[in-house]
Amino acid sequence: MAFTGIFLIIFLIVHASANACIFVPDHGATFNKVAHFLGTNWIMHLLEVGLFVGFILHIVQGITITIQNKKKRPVKYSMVRRPDTHWYSSAMGLLGIIILIFLIIHLSQFWVHTRFAGVFGGVGDITYDNGMYVNKPVDNLFGQMELVFSHAWVVIVYLIALLALGFHLAHGFQSAFRTLGMTSSRYIPVIRGIGYAYSIIIPLAFACMPVLMYFGVVHS
Amino acid sequence: MNLTLKIWRQRNSQDKGHFETYPVSDISEDMSFLEMFDVLNERLITEGKDPIAFDNDCREGICGMCSMYINGRPHGPLHGTTTCQLHMRHFHEGETIVVEPWRAQPFPVIKDLVVDRSSFDRIIEAGGYISVNTGNAVDANAIPVEKDKADLAFTAATCIGCGACVAACPNTSAMLFVSAKISQLAQLPQGNPERKTRVVNMIHQMDEEGFGSCSNIGECEQACPKEISITHIARANHEFLRATFAAGNKNVKVEHS
Repeated sequence: MAFTGIFLIIFLIVHASANACIFVPDHGATFNKVAHFLGTNWIMHLLEVGLFVGFILHIVQGITITIQNKKKRPVKYSMVRRPDTHWYSSAMGLLGIIILIFLIIHLSQFWVHTRFAGVFGGVGDITYDNGMYVNKPVDNLFGQMELVFSHAWVVIVYLIALLALGFHLAHGFQSAFRTLGMTSSRYIPVIRGIGYAYSIIIPLAFACMPVLMYFGVVHS
Repeated sequence: MNLTLKIWRQRNSQDKGHFETYPVSDISEDMSFLEMFDVLNERLITEGKDPIAFDNDCREGICGMCSMYINGRPHGPLHGTTTCQLHMRHFHEGETIVVEPWRAQPFPVIKDLVVDRSSFDRIIEAGGYISVNTGNAVDANAIPVEKDKADLAFTAATCIGCGACVAACPNTSAMLFVSAKISQLAQLPQGNPERKTRVVNMIHQMDEEGFGSCSNIGECEQACPKEISITHIARANHEFLRATFAAGNKNVKVEHS
């Protein structure tokens, strides 16, 4: 869990950095260039396979461990008073399921449309108000984002998922380092600090994207 | 004090078990929790009923025998305290107190509140020792140990093996207990010769016994009557990775029981 967790943590930084290009005020030109490069490069396709493997391992391992651990207490306590620990530390499975559901929605909205444009359509054959004509989402991911984030329910689903992601990371970040044997009393507070900062900054950066697009602050 | 006790009764390991309610009266607030059980048991014996079976020995918080899950917490509501050192003044008049045994697959109930914790003994047998040749007792200061390492080892050595960490853990993991012994001996020169085999064998035995996996929630350190920190778990993880992946580990073999 720790190895795959750290791998996914690194991926989130890459993902957030690439997405941050939408904030360049050139109506999505920079972002589309970056998206096109990442979406058509064979090295990126290779890394993509690794990413899927990372996700699947993390999910399968998480589900397996949770099921195994539940079996270790066949008779439940009739009364449990939780001590002073973080609620999200023992809700990693639930938070993970929320993120997984989101991931399926998220992939169907973007990844599927860029990879299988011919099958699903997406923004294909859409003429925008500014006269821009597109027929492939991989060439205009910015347009696809605007299309997806024009619905309020999508933005709300994204915000809920990002909140879950924030709490998942708040435990996961420092827990991964503990599992890998980080014990130095000098570095543990540093890791914990970076972990909390990371689990606030990354989801917040992602949250800005659908919100600002929905309200038209970022537009083509 | 007058109290209502809801206590788990289970005839043997095969019995399904159930809660029974016992009202107790005239309990002194200076009594320990176990002394209250003595009073109740004497009454049950006089009435010709089966007294409640519970583990206890030293009654001064150092043997690790007492093991009651009181009002949803191992060893009751007080921090850093064993059941025998928990006094009735921490409860209020008329309170209903729920008492259960430790609940974990590797700790099967023998009777009522008594559980079989020999899985802990087998983990210790797998590596929680140092090999010392017989002969005269060696002078205590013959091997120099740095003060900070001795202190750190001592914070782990305080483990009394009561199993509250397992009882409290949502994953039913025994990592706090196992890591305390690994971490303690890893600090000391006496523990060095068997350092790698110890961690591998103890972790292996822990899995064999059927304990859950640690996810660093931290409920164990809150429940531990000796307030052992979960930093020892990270240290044991470090020892495990070092023993598994570092070079020159050809001699590290798992001993299958």
